[in-house]
Amino acid sequence: MFSIKNKEFLITVVIGALSWLVALLIFFPIFWMFLTSFKTEIDAFATPPTLFFTPTLENYTLINERSDYWHFAWNSVVTSLGSTFIGMVIAIPAAYSMAFFETKRTKTTLLWMLSTKMLPAVGVLVPIYLLFKDFGLLDTKTGLIIIFTLVNLPIMVWMSYTYFKEIPKEILEAGRMDGANVLQEIFKILLPMSKGGLAATVLLSLIFSWNEAFWSLNLTAFEAAPLSALVASYSSPEGLFWAKLSAVSTLACAPILIFGWLCQKQLVRGLSFGAVK
Amino acid sequence: MSDLTIKNLRKSYDALEILKGINLEIKDKEFVVFVGPSGCGKSTLLRTIAGLESATSGSIYMDDKDITDAAPAKRDLAMVFQSYALYPHMSVRENMSFALKLAGIEKSEINRKVEEAAQILKLEPLLDRKPKALSGGQRQRVAIGRAIVRKPKIFLFDEPLSNLDAALRVNMRLELSRLHQELQATMLYVTHDQVEAMTLADKVVILNDGRIEQVGSPLELYEKPCNLFVAGFMGMPKMTFLEVTVTAIAEGNVTLKLLTGAEITLSRPGLNVQTGSQLTLGIRPEHTVLCNAGAGNLQASIEISEELGSESYVYVKTNANEAITVRIDGEQAVPKSGSLVGLNIAPGKCHLFDKQGIAI
Ligand SMILES: Nc1ncnc2c1ncn2[C@@H]1O[C@H](COP(=O)(O)OP(=O)(O)OP(=O)(O)O)[C@@H](O)[C@H]1O
Ligand SMILES: [Mg+2]
Repeated sequence: MFSIKNKEFLITVVIGALSWLVALLIFFPIFWMFLTSFKTEIDAFATPPTLFFTPTLENYTLINERSDYWHFAWNSVVTSLGSTFIGMVIAIPAAYSMAFFETKRTKTTLLWMLSTKMLPAVGVLVPIYLLFKDFGLLDTKTGLIIIFTLVNLPIMVWMSYTYFKEIPKEILEAGRMDGANVLQEIFKILLPMSKGGLAATVLLSLIFSWNEAFWSLNLTAFEAAPLSALVASYSSPEGLFWAKLSAVSTLACAPILIFGWLCQKQLVRGLSFGAVK
Repeated sequence: MSDLTIKNLRKSYDALEILKGINLEIKDKEFVVFVGPSGCGKSTLLRTIAGLESATSGSIYMDDKDITDAAPAKRDLAMVFQSYALYPHMSVRENMSFALKLAGIEKSEINRKVEEAAQILKLEPLLDRKPKALSGGQRQRVAIGRAIVRKPKIFLFDEPLSNLDAALRVNMRLELSRLHQELQATMLYVTHDQVEAMTLADKVVILNDGRIEQVGSPLELYEKPCNLFVAGFMGMPKMTFLEVTVTAIAEGNVTLKLLTGAEITLSRPGLNVQTGSQLTLGIRPEHTVLCNAGAGNLQASIEISEELGSESYVYVKTNANEAITVRIDGEQAVPKSGSLVGLNIAPGKCHLFDKQGIAI
């Protein structure tokens, strides 16, 4: 009795310690970036790295003078929200039909959609670039919204599909017997029942779009450039100005980090795919 | 009025035919129970009637109106699912008023109807709870409530009680019976449970492998099964079947020889069989009586017995290895297994089936 209890306690402690270790490992770069952003460039370079220093806001004021943060932030907000909204409008009906009107090819279609995510993006850069050029989409928010939607759609469909699959078909059929048409079925039964999972899908799509860098860098210059492009602009031409780079990165990450932190409950519950009910 | 007529209804999934031509007439206010082995197509039939599955061919009429291709909502049917299928994000009240709301009925009218149904089903104290906070029996009642608020022409039940424990099942069975009388509605009911079928039904439909085997009142099916399948399906424990050969026919009496060599004579005037033909003799456990070894129609030894209290079932074997089930009164002592007994078969209660399994 006693020894079993002891053993359980030990396991709890070990697992707890390991989780803390992993969490710290993941969190450390962000913490270091945050710290560095308040250092002078000299402190930032110091070897060994200094943990205690006189904090300065100099980097932030400099960035504020040199580039229009709000311009980039606004682009990030518009493209993330826009692509997520359009993505969900497409993903929900697609996942609905896949989950509840399954055919022999549904699974294959789903896998095929997902497999596009395995392709290195750079492989289709040239055709996409040319298409964007021809359609006048280069350096436009519309263009970014389109590409973000397309990039995230497979994951959004797949996630929604997984959540919808958990809903017993009979409940929708009961709705149909009760006289609900397709739209009422989706809006009054399906969506309220899967709102936790869909919220996680929305969050993930927002985060992915916000952090997306490859297409942002290649398809925008200034007009539509989001925060990820702003960060990049500080890394290359400025060379090794670590403190400034950290400051601009902090500014770029902060909104989505805070947002993610506020929604962490939804995220965790959604991403565990109903494992914990 | 709400008669339902099903004409030559077929349903296939790809090449697999599930319903193989169903013809059935259901009268207004009838309580019709569908029974049959698992996988025979009961749910498919009910779902096709509901419009949740489309018929491959054939037609369904409600009061002469063809509803074969109508949308589920346009059929004026309500269905109660085995899994209840309540809307988990809605309270009991909202669950019950959902259909009425969609139909655009006035709020006060909806409230009146929901309260009326809640009263019938004793759900009033639960109206503001979510399904999650209800017991199985209560959920079942909500599912029924959701169906009755709409006053549909026909109710469809797909094994509604199978998720409940035995005591609750008996309770709900009685309530359904009461509900049927109170609502005066046509009900179609699928079940695995023979007791439910026998007690609830005005009419029992026995399905097997996508076909109707026999339709009739519960007692009709029990007493006059039209073939071996129905005879074997109705009744617990099963009817005993023995292979017999006709040895003599005289003055309306047929004499049958069993595998053990024992003979039994039945009075069957007008029976059209020849001497020497092979038949199957069917005999229910309650129509076989144990007697002392050496007496009776045939001799057997006790294999096992099940004592249920009010009655006991004794499984015996003849020396030709024929298994026979005998029901005896619960107060009667059960002979030890292995002991020899005689069996008296009531000749008037025997069923005879020809080579094709058709009752004769
Ligand atoms: N969507 C489907 N696709 C292919 N076959 C199906 C489908 N739905 C049901 N079937 C098959 O149809 C047959 C009849 O199924 P059905 O659910 O009607 O049986 P049932 O009589 O209700 O059985 P149970 O008593 O076990 O509920 C089964 O063999 C089943 O495998
Ligand atoms: Mg079934």
